Amino acid sequence: MDYLANILPPLLEGSAVTLQVFVITLALAVPLGLALALLRLSRFGFLSALVNGYIWLMRGTPLMLQMLFIYFALPFIPVIGVRLPDFPSAIVAFVLNYAAYFAEIFRAGIQSIGKGQYEGAQVLGMNYAQTMRRIVLPQVIKRILPPMSNETITLVKDTSLIYVLAMNDLLRAARGIVQRDFTTLPFTVAAAFYLLMTLVLTWGFQRLEQKYAVYDD
Amino acid sequence: MIRATDIHKRFGTVDVLNGVSLDVAKGEAVAIIGPSGSGKSTLLRCLIHLETIHRGHIEIEGEPLVSTDDGGHCRYVADADMRRICARMGMVFQHFNLFPHLTVLQNIMEAPITVKGLRPEAIRPKAKALLQKVGLLAKQDSYPSSLSGGQKQRVAIARALAMEPDILLFDEPTSALDPELTGEVLATMRDLAQEHMTMIVVTHEMAFAREVAQRVVFMDAGVVVEARPARELFAAPEHPRTRAFLERML
Repeated sequence: MDYLANILPPLLEGSAVTLQVFVITLALAVPLGLALALLRLSRFGFLSALVNGYIWLMRGTPLMLQMLFIYFALPFIPVIGVRLPDFPSAIVAFVLNYAAYFAEIFRAGIQSIGKGQYEGAQVLGMNYAQTMRRIVLPQVIKRILPPMSNETITLVKDTSLIYVLAMNDLLRAARGIVQRDFTTLPFTVAAAFYLLMTLVLTWGFQRLEQKYAVYDD
Repeated sequence: MIRATDIHKRFGTVDVLNGVSLDVAKGEAVAIIGPSGSGKSTLLRCLIHLETIHRGHIEIEGEPLVSTDDGGHCRYVADADMRRICARMGMVFQHFNLFPHLTVLQNIMEAPITVKGLRPEAIRPKAKALLQKVGLLAKQDSYPSSLSGGQKQRVAIARALAMEPDILLFDEPTSALDPELTGEVLATMRDLAQEHMTMIVVTHEMAFAREVAQRVVFMDAGVVVEARPARELFAAPEHPRTRAFLERML
């Protein structure tokens, strides 16, 4: 028990880093993903193709590689080259990567809304922005909750990748103690922390699904 | 009130409308009948700009929506004008197109709030009055999925009326309904006609066309074959194609 109390502070500190990466990524990647999806579906062919290429790039290369690239290689690129500290590097990589996945979820959701909804809104005088904001997107949210829940839970666990930038997230903190004390208990504690986070998320998404269950499509 | 002249419309290489003209006067109820694929729904959709035409003129209450110059160049008015002109028309669809995430009352209040900028308190009494009129006040807090087809269509009519259109377009409003539910929708439409609402109704309900419409337009193969007062057309169709169609339908 004493030992557990001893290793908890560093693990809690690690959890704080993990949670920060998680919350900031989610807060930025969801709106960015929505914007990308709308561009992808827009009638501007060039922008749509550009977003398509972007999504291919982000889904086609490992997140860890993207993170290493932004931290180590970006400073040497002319014009856009900028040297970012480790935490911002990780955030930029996570946001860019997850926005691509969220964009595809939003796109699928938006495309699942029938033409009749757009026509119904149009003959009532609504413009594109009003139709999206008031009619289409509220219905999209209900439909994309299951894949969003999946992706969000994956994000919790993907945060452990930031160890490559030598940041002390939950998993790296646990590994440090394991190597120092020759005990695997910290791994068990870390697993419990991850499970707790996903439990909260699962519960949250279930609540949302219940909320949206008041109507049928 | 509506003047459509020489409308041409094609989907890909298929000509759907081949020079259709239609005039509708204020307060008139016009039924458009004809076999499937005759272009009657497409004509209706062109009037409210759910489809774009390739040639012709459309005027709504004296204002041009689209016109074609002598060189065959078809030009629509600017977006803002288009929205303003089309706002004078309401439309009721075959498949209702109610918003499933909103309650019945919210469906009716949505456009007045979002488009006209009215406050919810300002529009609520009127929305309820419209629901009362279509006999569905008791369903105001239900979601569309819990309604029958006939009830959905009556909500859709109330929703269109909430925007105070001068003209109502109906695109086969009873075609997706069970036969025993068509009556309630037709009764609502009959009430509107008696209040001298300007209406254009694409329909397969010959009884409705005969009893409610002042004028009936028979379309076939993308043209208007015959357009006459309802009683005359049903009593003595002039064109053999009209006669053949009516014989099949009646």
